[in-house]
Amino acid sequence: MHSKVVTMKDAIAAQVRDGDTVVIEGFTHLICFAAGHEIIRQRRRDLTLARLTPDLIYDQMIAAGCARKLVFSWAGNPGAGSLHAFRRAVESRPAALELEEYSHFGMVTRLAAGAARLPFGVMRNYMGTDLPEANQLIRTVTCPFTAETLAAVPALNPDVTIVHAQRADRDGNAQVWGLMGVQKEAAFASKRVIVVVEELVDESVIRADPNRTLIPGLIVDAVVVEPWGCHPSYAQGHYDRDNDFYVAWEEISRDPVRLSAYLDEHVYGVTGRAEYMQRQPGLRERLAARPRICAGVSYGY
Amino acid sequence: MATDYTPTEMMAAVAARELRDGEVTFVGIGLPNLACNLARALHAPNLVLIYESGAVGAVPDRLPVSIGDPSLVTGSLMVCPMADVFQLFLQNGRIEVGFLGGAQIDRWGNINTTVVGSYREPKVRLPGSGGAAEIAIHARRVLVISRLSARSFPAEVDFVTSPGQRSHGSSRRELGMPGAGPVKVVTDKAILESDPGSGELILSALYPGVAVEDVQRGVGWPLRVREVLDIVAGPTGEELRLLRDVLDPRRLYLS
Repeated sequence: MHSKVVTMKDAIAAQVRDGDTVVIEGFTHLICFAAGHEIIRQRRRDLTLARLTPDLIYDQMIAAGCARKLVFSWAGNPGAGSLHAFRRAVESRPAALELEEYSHFGMVTRLAAGAARLPFGVMRNYMGTDLPEANQLIRTVTCPFTAETLAAVPALNPDVTIVHAQRADRDGNAQVWGLMGVQKEAAFASKRVIVVVEELVDESVIRADPNRTLIPGLIVDAVVVEPWGCHPSYAQGHYDRDNDFYVAWEEISRDPVRLSAYLDEHVYGVTGRAEYMQRQPGLRERLAARPRICAGVSYGY
Repeated sequence: MATDYTPTEMMAAVAARELRDGEVTFVGIGLPNLACNLARALHAPNLVLIYESGAVGAVPDRLPVSIGDPSLVTGSLMVCPMADVFQLFLQNGRIEVGFLGGAQIDRWGNINTTVVGSYREPKVRLPGSGGAAEIAIHARRVLVISRLSARSFPAEVDFVTSPGQRSHGSSRRELGMPGAGPVKVVTDKAILESDPGSGELILSALYPGVAVEDVQRGVGWPLRVREVLDIVAGPTGEELRLLRDVLDPRRLYLS
């Protein structure tokens, strides 16, 4: 079988270009910080960053100067506070970051439309809200069957989507368990797809449990093996979310000097994820997941 | 009934009492999560907790710090993609109760979680909608939890993120919204309810020791008071024990 396995450095160099629309998806779970950090290290510029929840990773990429525009639906630090680099960019005059804002349902619908190669998606939504006024791309469409007025949002077709998975084979058939977010839609909507995994497995492991495959290899351009690549996000069954770091980010991101020092030490100051982990002794022990194995099923006939 | 409790504990207890056993509830993080788990431990053991992250029938054995905590997955009934959450559960009409909070809540129950000031040049940029706009539109009823202050309860919000009973002069019915919208606002001093006729938030119940004027001071419009005003009982010893010792022993949300 053809192998798509490359290093993170080579994957980002080949797949992410200045000016691209980049989606690093994962709803709280499986957010690939390792890929975001490599994009920062390779100093990509003028990116349109799209994600439902920009999270700490886009806050870091905004602070590092990678982003021209943000497409999103909820920009906070869940349970901990604000994304202060994002807020500084938006609250400055003139604003240093262009915004295109939806709700979660709107972003999901955009990616689902993009994945199905339709020009737009429909919802029963947004009546009574000020969101269509804030974003002229939220429009209405009349149902040709019932004449009902429905909300319409344009398809989102990223240049590149990066998804993290627990495991994949060399062709990129990727299996995910736990929260699945909008990764499948984002990957199918995208022109190029990078799959990053905790563990590279043989094709037979994938074939033994096909229902667990979220992303098929046939839409994947590159596979990167990067254990702990989500930290401080998490990978179910591998390691827990680093809630302490999310709380700490409130203070780090509030102060541009501290934020810059953080990037110097943990992003620019390391060659990649392996060194990032080496520099933080005790992290693995603190966050390693306790096993909770599920019973297998029979696929026989 | 205990007398020594904090306003936050009271809010969690009051919100929990609003939930009925078996109801399908869209849970937010923080106080709504505490309220749901308190209800589950007391009068509503069959409450179905759905999180926008895709966990259905979640039974978290620790207090989730985020709405996508791994403990929501372990032992849940179903984990589904977010497209399913919004299309197949919410838009399908399966969500009976939605919880919302916000930086600003106005006279009509409209909620702002987007900006303070103008959208183009905000004084404070808030996180935005997340799933709140569609929850406000689709959940069969919405419960709002928020502390009273004139700043948080202006006559009119700066930005309607999640529509209440009337938005820019139009009613929910006129706008074609499926759900009943915010029917109750649980605050730290009293309960406000939307008036079935006008849709306006009116004072319906006071907490022990609170006067009508105390509530009015925290609301930025002339607050109408229901003719018969209920007095809400303070938290029971059992409610407080569960909140303090079992649900939030580290005081993440009960501070």
